[in-house]
Amino acid sequence: MSTPSVEPVPLPAKRRLAQLAMLAFAVVIVMFAYANVGLAIDKQIPSGMLTYGLSLGGFMLAAYLVLAKFAPWADPLILPLVTLVNGLGLVMIYRLEQSKAFGASANTQLLWTAVGVVLFSVTLIVLRDHRALQRLTYTAGAIGLLLLISPLLPFIGKNINGARIWIEIPGVGQLQPAEFAKLALIVFFAGYLVAKRDVLALAGRRLLFIDLPRARDLGPILIVWGFSLGVLILQKDLGSSLLIFGTFIAMLYIATQRTSWVLIGILLFVGGAILAGMVFEHVHARFEVYLNPEDPELFQKVGGSEQLMQGLFAMATGGILGTGLGQGHPKQIPLAISDFIFPATGEELGLTGLMALLMVYALIVQRGLRTSIAARDPFSKLLAGGLSFILAWQVFIIVGGVTNLIPLTGLVTPFMSQGGSALLANWILIALLVRMSDAARKPPPQAIQDEGMTQVFQR
Amino acid sequence: MNSTLKRVALACLLMFGLLMLNVNYLQGVRADDLRADSRNVRNFFDRYEVERGRITAGDKVLAESVDTGSNDFRFERRYPEGKVYAPITGFFAPESESNIELAENSLLNGTSADLLIRRSIDLFTAKKTKGANVDLTINPKAQEAAYKALGASGKKGALVAIEPKTGAILAMVSIPTYDPNLLSKANKDEVNKASKKLETDKDQPLLNRAIRRTYPPGSTFKVVTMAAYLESDGTLGPQSQVDAPQRLDLPNTTADLPNYGGAACGSGRVTLSFALERSCNTPFGKIAMDLGYDAINDQARKFGIGGDPLAVPMPVAPSDFGPEEDKAALAQASIGQRSNQMTPLQMAMIAAGIANNGVVMKPYLVNKIADSEGGEIESADPEEFTTAISEDTARKLQEMMVNVVNNGTANAAQIPGVTVAGKTGTAETAEGKDPHAWFISFAPAEDPKIALALMVESGSAGDDASGGHTAAPIAKSVMEAVLGR
Repeated sequence: MSTPSVEPVPLPAKRRLAQLAMLAFAVVIVMFAYANVGLAIDKQIPSGMLTYGLSLGGFMLAAYLVLAKFAPWADPLILPLVTLVNGLGLVMIYRLEQSKAFGASANTQLLWTAVGVVLFSVTLIVLRDHRALQRLTYTAGAIGLLLLISPLLPFIGKNINGARIWIEIPGVGQLQPAEFAKLALIVFFAGYLVAKRDVLALAGRRLLFIDLPRARDLGPILIVWGFSLGVLILQKDLGSSLLIFGTFIAMLYIATQRTSWVLIGILLFVGGAILAGMVFEHVHARFEVYLNPEDPELFQKVGGSEQLMQGLFAMATGGILGTGLGQGHPKQIPLAISDFIFPATGEELGLTGLMALLMVYALIVQRGLRTSIAARDPFSKLLAGGLSFILAWQVFIIVGGVTNLIPLTGLVTPFMSQGGSALLANWILIALLVRMSDAARKPPPQAIQDEGMTQVFQR
Repeated sequence: MNSTLKRVALACLLMFGLLMLNVNYLQGVRADDLRADSRNVRNFFDRYEVERGRITAGDKVLAESVDTGSNDFRFERRYPEGKVYAPITGFFAPESESNIELAENSLLNGTSADLLIRRSIDLFTAKKTKGANVDLTINPKAQEAAYKALGASGKKGALVAIEPKTGAILAMVSIPTYDPNLLSKANKDEVNKASKKLETDKDQPLLNRAIRRTYPPGSTFKVVTMAAYLESDGTLGPQSQVDAPQRLDLPNTTADLPNYGGAACGSGRVTLSFALERSCNTPFGKIAMDLGYDAINDQARKFGIGGDPLAVPMPVAPSDFGPEEDKAALAQASIGQRSNQMTPLQMAMIAAGIANNGVVMKPYLVNKIADSEGGEIESADPEEFTTAISEDTARKLQEMMVNVVNNGTANAAQIPGVTVAGKTGTAETAEGKDPHAWFISFAPAEDPKIALALMVESGSAGDDASGGHTAAPIAKSVMEAVLGR
């Protein structure tokens, strides 16, 4: 009697050891970068290198242990990649602090990194099943909106650098609630779209080769559009406005599979942008700078193209190989620690460094999208897709802005720019992706097959 | 949903692709333009990134780059000797440089093609390339003596001393001067302020009077007229007789040419040597009118006046005997007045030419240039500039100029035990204005080690300034410094 050969179900490997090795590699790269800065500036290895390196290594080891315990099947690449970007950001901020760039503080950023890792761990430990978030769809939506409008509230809202996007919490400091709002809104979008996607996908009239949605289904997109315009008008925050609207369109498209939504979204965006450009001086100014950054008059103007040009000068000076860490003059770029950390990095690490950096971002996004595709339920797919897309979209908006590919709108560079809010929010975002990737890669409970065979117990 | 997710993934790929393309375009294609943009302050920092070479003279360091340890302005230019050498070293300002700093800039900052080998070695040994060191021909003792003597009691003027046999410039002083340290700070605003102040100063401290400005040379030019006369007839000598009236009638004018102070010149018929010793005007006016414009002008050209523009390596303002006019003008020009305009350097070259038996050597300031490791890149090669007069004429002139110091107007320049030759000059500038006081000389006459020209500018040495009283004693102290007395 022949036994039918049973194909063993291929299990995704956990690759925990590989992850640890890559994590260590990322930390070593960062430590080398620290040493590099010190050697270039003071001709000696900075005294804080071990402190910085060991703290970063310690935090990441903690994050790794939490991940290994609470999300053992998670994608092994995400954490090391994020560690590398976060670490390079720390080095750049340390380097800018060394040349006394305004506001740069490596210690503060290291502290925020620690808090970020804590939040990452807490998220993984508390949120055992991310699908619980689906039940909080409308709560998340309400929280998102509240966070988004909180800077407009009297007393706590603060106006910094012409944008009203900060709130001041006594004892804690300043926070940029929009960074957390984007997470809550994506949870809301995902939950909402999962529930309504069948309706939104219904075809209305057919125009040329595109199925238009029914007019009455336009409500949600118009509401989000309205809110984005509100953010733009009331808070003068072009970046967040574009970020949220774009992400919503992408998620709407993923959920409904309707290209028409993308077209409607683009039309609404272009309409809004033209309107804003005509009505608001600061939006108009951004367009002018974008079209002609080298214009001497715009260069001289307050709020003109000088900042952008300084960034471009920095990148040009860096050239292919860069000046080397600690050997350029990134301090010349206004806001080099936040919005313009990318050109600052470009000056010292050159095209080579920037390509590697973009590649790392692209890989993080790719791991996220892979998680989304591997996910087993629509909510997870949408949530993972939305989170991955917003990361890519944010990198595109800010990096495209500072390299004059698109008009400049202020946003932080994820994991690199100095600032607690963005770092914390992004670490939570990564925790969510890790949680979902764990769920997606975890082998489903296997049915006992071939019940006729004798089961062998091994001791 | 997977199909749309894949499309979104494609969109993300496209976004990253665009970013990467754009970064490549910026840092690869447009980099050169953006780097060279005048608004890119990094160009300004780059100036301070290299350790510029030193400028030295003898054992003195005149200019050096000091490592400040700062990341923005790494090396600061310092001039330990400050004002004394400013007309030579120049300054290294945030946006410009001057004098030697300018003329030898590419060697000092290490970018010159002559340093290619050094740079290649540095590339392989991972050393930071330093600029080449420039050693000057300046004799610090002479320079300092001249600065001290000329600068005393608020005089303005210039002095150039040359080694007659080589053309090496031993001293070049221009007073008033400035502190190059103030113009070489790495701070545009501060430097612009300091530089504006110097530029608007009516005493023109930034002007190198020794080479960048011409003055009427007065009676010191009589040696040229004398040279032309001696060259015109080989039988003439120091004891030959010439007419020396109290006043020389100038044809076609109502004016006539008097002697200095209207004095008589001997008995009205004197030897050539006597005419030079007493610096009588009338015999020289007459000689010039007899020889004609061309003869004097040719002789002037043979001394290098009005020829190819000189660079030492700083460009030298052209000296000029003046255009051909009438006889009256020629008579005045031949005693160093009218449109006759000379730089102190040119007058020093004339003295040096006579001292060097008629051969004028090309003047130069740079003795040697060596890379940071001491490897020689170039060293001075003395070059004949012109042959101004025959050896015979030169000897006659030497004899007469020694007489000027021993018996004539320049007795203040006598140095015990050394035969000093010289010629004073007191150049009138304008009616009612004080004259410039001149003195040219060389010593020792039998084996000249130094030839110099000194000019004390009008108005800075009193209304009775004269070559003999004002200028000769200063020249004496410089010669003593060089001759070690």
